[in-house]
Amino acid sequence: MKYQEKLLALSQDNSDILVMTAENRAPLREIIPDLGERFIDTGITEQTLVGMAAGLALRGRIPVVHGLASFLTMRAFEFIRTDIGIPHLPVKLVGFIPGLLSEANGPTHQALEDIGLMLQIPGMRVFSPATHEELVSELENIIFDPHPWYIRYTQREHGEAFPFIGKEKIRSWGQANKVMLLTHGTLFTEAYQTQKLLELLGLEVALLHVPYLSPLPEKALLNSIEGSEHLVVIEDHFKGGL
Amino acid sequence: MTTDQIKHLESIALRIRREILNLSQSGGCFTGASLSLADIVTFLYFHYLNLPSPEAPERDLVFLSKGHDVPALYGALVEKGWLAKERLSNHLKTQDVIYWHPNREIPGVEFHSGSLGHLLSVAMGVAYDLKLEKKTNRVICILGDGELNEGSVWEGLLVASALKLERLWIVIDRNQFQANERTEKLIPLEPLEEKFISFGISTVRVSGHSFNDLSRGFLELEAVSGPRCLIADTLRGKGVPSLEDRADRWFCNFTVTEVADMTQELLHGETAKLSSMDLCVR
Repeated sequence: MKYQEKLLALSQDNSDILVMTAENRAPLREIIPDLGERFIDTGITEQTLVGMAAGLALRGRIPVVHGLASFLTMRAFEFIRTDIGIPHLPVKLVGFIPGLLSEANGPTHQALEDIGLMLQIPGMRVFSPATHEELVSELENIIFDPHPWYIRYTQREHGEAFPFIGKEKIRSWGQANKVMLLTHGTLFTEAYQTQKLLELLGLEVALLHVPYLSPLPEKALLNSIEGSEHLVVIEDHFKGGL
Repeated sequence: MTTDQIKHLESIALRIRREILNLSQSGGCFTGASLSLADIVTFLYFHYLNLPSPEAPERDLVFLSKGHDVPALYGALVEKGWLAKERLSNHLKTQDVIYWHPNREIPGVEFHSGSLGHLLSVAMGVAYDLKLEKKTNRVICILGDGELNEGSVWEGLLVASALKLERLWIVIDRNQFQANERTEKLIPLEPLEEKFISFGISTVRVSGHSFNDLSRGFLELEAVSGPRCLIADTLRGKGVPSLEDRADRWFCNFTVTEVADMTQELLHGETAKLSSMDLCVR
């Protein structure tokens, strides 16, 4: 099931859900006609988009707010912090084309700060799925969670079977070893291939996927990295992400 | 409006102004901008809006985006009986939330504010929900004229017009001042009415110190559709001539004696002797 199909299904079951965007429609296009007035496109206005979402959440709605990751988290940062973060409203922010995925657009469109910025907001939850399937599998829990969330949208597929994350919210490959690779989100497949390659070369390298960056599953994370001499973080983000 | 109605509102506005002056000591407050709003909040809270209780589902919803004039709102909430008058003595104390800007923990404050240019979009979200619910509550968003420098206001107006937010009513406290300068000297806003109209907002302009004018203005707006705006021309510091229309009385922290003097000026027109520093904060 695709993201937009899941979102539509959830919206049809719960009339409090509203789908919003600042004219970034690509991953929503097919469901817009079915959403009727519960789809709001505010145009290229990230501040108004986020402020309106706060007002809607104040009335008991669950706004699922879409924008390009860079513009949503940076142009509207103060609105997110002040109007969603401070009152802790259950708005769900979804950042499209995060990290370096928009490289053809140049540096303006790259979002290498989005996670770090969202982690600065007390109470903000952050989810960075490795695959589209993982995004869809977790979406319902996130939408009905009473906290504000930032979700890094991804369309990536992993190719081979990708087990759902368990209740510990992390997933590991390989044995606990000298070197532990830590990753999340869009670079998962590259990190996975790296780990397999190094294993073939006879190196003791394990991989840990940590999609929930806030709240961080600290206990499970510490258990997993215990005994590792080196931790290597692979992420499409400046310092301040994972 | 009848003479009795106006007299009643005038007596409430006078008490609200006395509260504003009381809050202008021991740390001070944004006295001038609060005094300019006093008649507008009086009209809204005690004549025009439907405000049976802070939680009544049918209530009209007021969003004070120019949050620094919250002393006027505190005065109105005390008069409403929603906020205990004694709590105002906790102004700026850590045990309460009576700050220089509105806090949602105070009954009657729909949303916190402080950073300018935020609550138009929040009020728009509320107005959109009311539209979906087919409810008739009014959403009032009070903006300052200096606040109109913020791009988010104009962005919001474009979207409010596009979404035809019928329940949205914008009120501008047009007191002619930014923090430090006259608006027309720093970032000119005129012709303001034409600007709002060109953004698709039905707009009228009246005196913000005449209850008859305010009444007429809101009645005129009732006859139109879509998002509406009332520009209320006001005087910063209104009611205390020693403070009126002065750039250097934006934020003031007065002594007990000065507050007593200004209260006399408010009540009896005796000019207050003011020697406290003009601007404490910029």
